[in-house]
Parts: sequence; structure tokens; C-alpha cells
Amino acid sequence: MTSDGSAERLPPALRTEALEQLLTERGLVDPDAMDRLITQYETNVGPLNGAKVVARAWTDPAYRRRLLDDGTAAIAELGFGGPQGEYVVVVENTATTHNVVVCTLCSCYPWPVLGLPPSWYKDPAYRARMVREPRTVLSEMGLELPGDVEIIVRDSTSEVRWLVLPERPAGTEGLTEEQLVPLVTRDAMVGVARVEAP
Amino acid sequence: MSAPLNAEGPAAPPRSNGELVFAEPWESRAFGMAVTLYETGVFTWPRFQAALIARIAAWEAAPAEDECWSYYRHWLGALEDVLADGGTVFAGEVTARARALASRPTGHDHPDGHGHGRPH
Repeated sequence: MTSDGSAERLPPALRTEALEQLLTERGLVDPDAMDRLITQYETNVGPLNGAKVVARAWTDPAYRRRLLDDGTAAIAELGFGGPQGEYVVVVENTATTHNVVVCTLCSCYPWPVLGLPPSWYKDPAYRARMVREPRTVLSEMGLELPGDVEIIVRDSTSEVRWLVLPERPAGTEGLTEEQLVPLVTRDAMVGVARVEAP
Repeated sequence: MSAPLNAEGPAAPPRSNGELVFAEPWESRAFGMAVTLYETGVFTWPRFQAALIARIAAWEAAPAEDECWSYYRHWLGALEDVLADGGTVFAGEVTARARALASRPTGHDHPDGHGHGRPH
């Protein structure tokens, strides 16, 4: 599979540029359209989308039920979808159960609601260690969980992309859906952090 | 590239709570090519994903000593694998074109304004 001849190490930036030129010449990519696509992923597709999903679920029990029953469909209700948005399964964190997401094989991640994965999510150490010693890794990432909280590690694949519905923090009962959105972080929706009250 | 790079302020991208999505410009181009070709039906996403998994697994089984972990290097490799398998672009063509680009005179590193990877 390393048919490019790994003996020759051309910098990836050069190979990328060469490939883009060849594909453009063959009419398979349009650099300007690609600019727009990249900008879209850099600016508009991100965890803010997921935060809106979570805040809706916290404030609308019927939506929460639909979200847990069929993540992709409930997320699409809010207008979010696209590549890596299929087969999203939402799991709920509670006071006694903590879900955390990893992709041991590569980097499966629900792009439409979280954007593109951060570097640590793709890192071999995170991917290998979260399965073996989740409590330790979570602690290193700043999340200390009481010993009686059950940790469930969810391994994302192309068939299932997990999204965590974080626990709504105490003290936020009076907040509106709009006020809850900014509290929800990407890390909480991956399960490596909790949502904190403001 | 016209993408805004200011990570501060009210217009800050919501993408990842302050973290840049792409460390180097070429990573964004490799990403954009794969998504574009998937969206236009050149290959299926599971096909690309399988190639990416294979690339990562091969590296993890035998990491190159002089090469640190680079996710998008594997992404690019997977893209090249899928395109070669489909007869769309062959590795030799990419290598030849990249060599030609490498021999450009200094000062022509950024001819199309897209920018390219900083040395690291």
C-alpha cells in the first residue's frame, strides 16, 4: 500500500500541491471551491453545532428522547448533517455513568456537530491508552471522576460515531436554551470533561 | 487562502474552542481534496476510511524512526492510495510533479497564494 515508494521522502506539502495540480488539470477538483469548503470547516462546522444540540436536549425532554433514539435524525432536525454525520449515536452522561469517546483505529468523529477532531484525539497515545486506562487518562486531562462512577469507553468506527450528551450541571436550572449553549464544550461532548456551571 | 486566521474576538471560529484545526496549510488542502472527491463520487467514504486505517496501522506497527507522528501525512497517503487504486492518479505522477515543484527557484514557493507547509 505504500506504493509511493517510501524511500523517497518528498515533503507532504509538495506532494499535496502536486496532487492538487494533477486533480485540477483533470477537472476533478476546483481550487476555489476547495477554498470555500475548507473555510466552511474552519469557521462554520464546529462544536457550536453540538452545543446547540445538547442545550436543546437539556431543555426539551421530547427532543432529548429523539436524540438518544436516533442521533443522526435528531441532529438533522437542527440543520446539521454531512460527511461523517451518518450513524451518530448519542449516549448520556449521568452522575453515575461517564461515557468517553475514542477512535482506536483512526479518527472517526461526528464532524457536523463537533467539527474536525483536535490533535490529541488523533494521537496514538490517546487512542491506545483511553481504552486501557481511561480513569488515568481522564485524570491527566483534568477530569477526576469519583471511584464509584462507571466509565464506559466508546470506540467510534465508520458504523457508529459516538457523541456524548453531557450531564447538565447543577445550578443551571434557571438558564434558557440560548444561555446554556456557550457552556457546552467540545471536550464535554467527547467525554473528556464535564460541563461546568457559569 | 481567504480563511480568516484570527482566533480571538467575537468572529473567532467556533470550530474547536480555540484550537486550530489544521497545523499547516497543506493539511487543509489534503483534507479538502479528500472531501471534494468523496462528494463528487470519485470514491466512497468507507473506501477512504479503510485506506486511512491501513496507513495508520502500518505506521503504528513500525513507526519510522526519523518521522514523528503526523495524522495528515497518513491522510494524504490514504488519499494517494485510493486514487492510485482507482486509476485516477498514480503515485509516480505525483512524485514527478512534486520533484518539478521542488526545483522551482527560491521565491516561487507560494505561486498560487494557497501557502504551503512550514518546515518543522
